[in-house]
Amino acid sequence: MIGKVEVKPLPKVDLPPLRQVGRPLRRVDALGKAVGSTVYAADFSMPNMLHAKVLRSPVPSGRIVGLNVDRARSIPGVACVLTARDLPGAKLSTDMPGQTGRKERAGSAAPVLARDVVRFQGEPIALVAAEMEEIAEEAIGAIELEMEETPGVFDPEEALKPGAPKVYGDDNVVARWKIRKGDVEKGMAEADLIVENTFRMPFVEHAYLEPEAGVAWVDDQGVINIRVCTQVVEHFRSVAKALGIPQNKVRIRGTMVGGGFGGKEDVTVEIFLALLARETGRPVKLVYTREESFVAQSKRHPFVITHRTGVKRDGRITAAKIDMIADSGAYPYLTPYVLLYATAMATGPYRIENVSVDSVAAATNQPFTSAFRGFGGPQAALAYEQQMDEIAKAVGLDPLTVRRANYLRRGDETATGQRIASEVWLEETVTRAIAGLGEPTPSSKTRKVGRGFASYFQSYGRITWFHDTSRAWVGLELDGTATIRCGVPDIGAGQANSLCQIASELLGVPLERVTVYATDSAVTPLAGTSTATRQLYMSGHAVHKAASAVRKNLLDRAAVHFGVGPDAVDLADGRAFVKGDESRSIGLDELASPCAADGIPLSTLALFTAPFTDGIDPETGQGDIWPDFTFGAQAVEVAVDIETGQVEVLKSVACHDVGRAINPAAVRGQIIGGSHQGLGYALMEEYIVKDGITQTPSLAEYLVPTSCDFPATEAIILESGSGVGPFGAKGIGEPALTPAAPAVANAVADAIGIRIHEVPITPERVLAAMKRGARWRG
Amino acid sequence: MDERTIRLKINGREREVSLPPNVTLLRVLRDLGYVDVKNGCEKGDCGACAVLLDGKLVNSCLVLAWQADGREILTASGLGSIEHPHPIQEAFADTGAVQCGYCTPGMIMATKALLDVNPDPSEEEIREAISGNLCRCTGYAQIVEAVAEAARRIAGGGDSG
Repeated sequence: MIGKVEVKPLPKVDLPPLRQVGRPLRRVDALGKAVGSTVYAADFSMPNMLHAKVLRSPVPSGRIVGLNVDRARSIPGVACVLTARDLPGAKLSTDMPGQTGRKERAGSAAPVLARDVVRFQGEPIALVAAEMEEIAEEAIGAIELEMEETPGVFDPEEALKPGAPKVYGDDNVVARWKIRKGDVEKGMAEADLIVENTFRMPFVEHAYLEPEAGVAWVDDQGVINIRVCTQVVEHFRSVAKALGIPQNKVRIRGTMVGGGFGGKEDVTVEIFLALLARETGRPVKLVYTREESFVAQSKRHPFVITHRTGVKRDGRITAAKIDMIADSGAYPYLTPYVLLYATAMATGPYRIENVSVDSVAAATNQPFTSAFRGFGGPQAALAYEQQMDEIAKAVGLDPLTVRRANYLRRGDETATGQRIASEVWLEETVTRAIAGLGEPTPSSKTRKVGRGFASYFQSYGRITWFHDTSRAWVGLELDGTATIRCGVPDIGAGQANSLCQIASELLGVPLERVTVYATDSAVTPLAGTSTATRQLYMSGHAVHKAASAVRKNLLDRAAVHFGVGPDAVDLADGRAFVKGDESRSIGLDELASPCAADGIPLSTLALFTAPFTDGIDPETGQGDIWPDFTFGAQAVEVAVDIETGQVEVLKSVACHDVGRAINPAAVRGQIIGGSHQGLGYALMEEYIVKDGITQTPSLAEYLVPTSCDFPATEAIILESGSGVGPFGAKGIGEPALTPAAPAVANAVADAIGIRIHEVPITPERVLAAMKRGARWRG
Repeated sequence: MDERTIRLKINGREREVSLPPNVTLLRVLRDLGYVDVKNGCEKGDCGACAVLLDGKLVNSCLVLAWQADGREILTASGLGSIEHPHPIQEAFADTGAVQCGYCTPGMIMATKALLDVNPDPSEEEIREAISGNLCRCTGYAQIVEAVAEAARRIAGGGDSG
């Protein structure tokens, strides 16, 4: 068990004092949600609206040999039935969503509807729109579908073997990446010991509470409007492309999203709705059932990761050779980038001179995999942090000593040669997480207590060669209230609220007097995707920039009013005032009038651009990939019942350097909620697929944590002020999840003395591992 | 299927609807415009559609509308509004218990059902009371805090209903 740790005081950080930023204010979206007045995608209806349903493939691999929709079309109340034959060539681009000038990769598109071949269970084949949901359902049942099952491949390792059934391209290879740094052979030769382990992770379901939903209609300008829950309003371009119409004829009106976690990053209902609305000329609504949501959308990638690490007796790592295989499922979607994340973060937050990583993602006839909170980072961390504990065991040192011998420091380079410019608070976070566990809980005869922890690093902001941008408009109204227009989708993490607190800070307008209009591809300036832990960083900066421009105009005009220099004036509590003499003040409403009269603009549209880089070297993987990284750690204490195999989490403490907490209550919510998902990943969650068929088709079989499964994670928020986000913020949305699962895996190994190389660590796996362990001990 | 006219008292307002026997209470509530009652699974697994039926917490997807004939239904939007929020709703907003918000109306009704019978619940009792309501965002900690805070506020005289 981990011993006591010394927690050293934090390095001195000079954080500028702020008035609105840094306070745990009530989020601007909270009360509307609490009183039930927030209108989600499925809550919206229109006159004369039709209801849609989708016919999906019952088999994971097959040929469509017969598809007759005549009977379905003849049912009274059916307005429209569409198959692939009605939409020649309609494709969905499955990569590069959002704000980027880059072109898609060849072969990455998926058919909107399957025409001849189906590649996964649940692949869409036909669409129906009818007067009532029940009629649409009946029409789906009346479609005569004849399928011939063909041999499929259901394992990425099998898919890469010669002679395997082909799902994609010539060889089922969806993507490959490699890293070559230093000389791995030399590093291994210098090692005292070589430690090798293979770790496995399953499919995981996002299981947001809100199934995918939307309503579409064609307006009086011929624009197809789609009101939908999405992380990416820029999918209006994908819809236009799939329909073969101009981009300015599609408008996505995003809603508050009932949970995303990456699962609403890809297109969901948008194209189906657009096709049906165009075809019928009527509004159309499509809402997935929970079961449909499970089979229709992406999963977290299963990975098999093998670490071979050369290490000195004092714990220093001399070389790392890492192999990764990921299951892409039936279509590429964001697999190439998820694989890149896992590859580039494969070594963890450690300085290793000699590194070789080879990763490959293979197509199978399984559910397609794509973005899920952490985007490959959690899988990489499950492997590198369990490996660190195994290294410690092999060299006979404690796990913290081994990590300390290898932790990255500020200014060091990652495995891809990217120099880390921000603070690297690995020591600061890990000691606080461990110390937070307090006194150990004693073990009993049948209940073994163990402790584990994990450090991690995780990027925030998009891949820098995507040339990411965001825009925001900020304006002061004549009554001194403020308005923000920014296309950011709010997926529940407080994306919109953060923008309001930033504008509130800079304009001196109280938060309750700031209104934000968000997530509309036509009338709010495009802000890019709510993915990659990028919105605070990107749109936070865009709002900061726009609000700063308005602020400058207000200060200049107020300075004239007071007869002082602009530096002598400040804004707060809805007023402009002379610093040090707040009796000399003017309300922002009063100040707005002379500004308007003088033609001084009180609104600005600002563009923020991330650093733009070229791609990495394809042969060595060397180059910059992200704007920056978040660092942190989590420690847990578990009890393992050695009779039942049940693992109980007793305590959990997470400590992250978030740079600067814009709203500490929201940050805490991200940390606790992310941790909870990670604990579920470690102990409960597995989306089971057998020969391409989902075995966990609903929330009764796929278990997500309830309020009684885990204790609350204690969240320790550190602020180095060193991030590249506004006010020195880093990102926390995805990082919050990453260290939880490896911390639990290490704690279980600590408790029972046996490593279980696969998550989730179910009672069955615990009992099986203990049986094996008992056999080995003889 | 035969239709029958039933009478529901929803958030204090009498409504009459004619329905076949297989329509769920969830469906009729949403069709009547009470879209604050969320559909998360339609199988009773998630609790997003929870309402009070004659003061008792039910998943409205598991109740047939006919079974609710002549009975009183309370949903989150009947508990309070933006202008006049219920202390439970205020407490949820103030403690960071609301993230994506999709589970929130159901959570709030589960809280109301708990506090109506147990005005000063322990953490364990709170966790048990909301265990039928899934939340994927918060990890429940701030929801548990919100329930305790709501109990304090109501005890302090803030209850409007």
